[in-house]
Amino acid sequence: MAVKFSEEVLKEYEEIASHYPDRKATLLPALWLAQREFGYISEETMEYIAELVGVPYTRVYEVVEFYTMYQKKKPGKYHLQLCQTLSCYLVGAEEIRNYIEEKLNLKPGEVTPDGLFSFQLVECLGSCHTAPVVQINDDYYENLNVEKFDQIIKELKNKG
Amino acid sequence: MDFPLILTKRFNIQNNHRLEVALQHGAYSSLKKLFSMKPEEVVEEVKKSNIKGRGGAAFPTGVKWAFIPKDTKKPIYLCVNADESEPGTFTDRYVMEYDPHLLIEGIICSAYAIKSHVAYIYIRGEYVKQYKILNEALNEARQAGYIGKNILGSGFDLEVWIHRGAGAYICGEETGLIESIEGKKGQPRIKPPFPAVEGLFGCPTIVNNVKTIAQVPWIVENGGEAFAKIGTKESTGTNIFGVSGHVNNPGYWELPFGMHILEFLEKYAKGVKGGKLKALIPGGSSTPVLTAKECEDLYLTYESMRDHGTFLGTGGMIVMNEHTDMVKALRTLTRFYSEESCGQCTPCREGTSWLDRLLKRILAGEATTKELDLLIEISDNMEGRTICALAAACAMPVRSFVTKFRADFEKYVKPVSIPVSKVAEKIITHEPVA
Repeated sequence: MAVKFSEEVLKEYEEIASHYPDRKATLLPALWLAQREFGYISEETMEYIAELVGVPYTRVYEVVEFYTMYQKKKPGKYHLQLCQTLSCYLVGAEEIRNYIEEKLNLKPGEVTPDGLFSFQLVECLGSCHTAPVVQINDDYYENLNVEKFDQIIKELKNKG
Repeated sequence: MDFPLILTKRFNIQNNHRLEVALQHGAYSSLKKLFSMKPEEVVEEVKKSNIKGRGGAAFPTGVKWAFIPKDTKKPIYLCVNADESEPGTFTDRYVMEYDPHLLIEGIICSAYAIKSHVAYIYIRGEYVKQYKILNEALNEARQAGYIGKNILGSGFDLEVWIHRGAGAYICGEETGLIESIEGKKGQPRIKPPFPAVEGLFGCPTIVNNVKTIAQVPWIVENGGEAFAKIGTKESTGTNIFGVSGHVNNPGYWELPFGMHILEFLEKYAKGVKGGKLKALIPGGSSTPVLTAKECEDLYLTYESMRDHGTFLGTGGMIVMNEHTDMVKALRTLTRFYSEESCGQCTPCREGTSWLDRLLKRILAGEATTKELDLLIEISDNMEGRTICALAAACAMPVRSFVTKFRADFEKYVKPVSIPVSKVAEKIITHEPVA
């Protein structure tokens, strides 16, 4: 099997496993480790995780399907997650969406050909007072408008 | 207005997330008294405080704790609900970010009271920053002996672990949360048995919100009666109220319960932005919306909200000005609930997406007045027919939006009816949700 955690990551996993009385409870943390290590959760990864955690493949599959943050295909280097729920909608989330769709030519679920950006519509990020909000990878970008967002995208493009 | 800051007192202190700094400002000061009390006495004080769950359901915390079977031989678990995903709600994250040691102190107090030796903090996956801060704070607290074996020589052992969610609103429901920690889809369980009897790993479990737990140290230090004196008779203590949407100064403030909502909007949110107030969602998107007229006589208390047919919920308000298109606004919510329905109960799985498809059709100008009534009918058929409250959480805003702002909806629909067969054909079309 090509997909496998390094010794170091395995150690990290075993430390996490010690937090729970039942190894099956490590499925979510194991998937987080896998996503961190491999960038996304492939079928092969799911098979590996099923074996590591000791649950059937179907359990891993349904969990990956259920939780929206597990990426089943390789996201862009910068994964744009736009909140579209009420508070963000009220103060201009649609304009940000239009910007992404038109200026980056990126529809929800897609990745730019250069692999730099991917786009996912998400539900409430819990940052309603600083709406509109886009989470890029782990970080929140708050109080956005098209100009500010344009600036952020330019900086990310420059960083490459 | 004279009241103590319970949750936000250290928010403005630089680097307060570091143990060293927090200790200089009184962190963990309740533990000395805590360990001089019996666990039952702590439960008694929490009962006397009349503190209600801050996560939205407003269930009395002390009563919940007392549900744990006295003679249980199983381990007891404490789960901290930091899944904060209710639209309009964004204050737990600041407790974790600015005062993680207050939360840890609250966990120690609460775990001691319910005789739990393992606690899990369930934090939503998106809160990466808060997760890192909390993890660091836990490590510092562990090294300093505030968690681990024999805490401060008290003989009390406690381990605290963080479990990250991965993007599912339903994991904020306590049994969904438990399922998720167990490594499964966050599909809520049928109750009873209630978690206090049979929860995590089949053992007695208490699930409490971040802000509920973070208020326990104050109750331990000052007593339940002192806490009960803050706010109103039924709504005791303080809460962090948040406001978003069309206001000039969106944000959050810790206040005792009881302020008039319009005073809150003027004094703290600095007024409605872009026009007059049209509608207000008082405590997260699941709570029925209120008209500007209803807000004239509305207070930030559980009882006043109940009198107006709504709920205080999480205390996260969403304000909409007079130019808001209530149909479009509601569509963001039906899409939210249809996306977030866990899919196990038919009335919820089908109902939420049916409502969303109807809203989409109404917005496209393809519906008639009949469909407005259908929105209500579907909502009525969803509520109370499912395992958890998500169906009701969708039905309540739909019903209140359509009833209270019907004129907005009527602008989109044709008064004439089209053949029923045609309607049915459109309704069963499985169009993509987004």
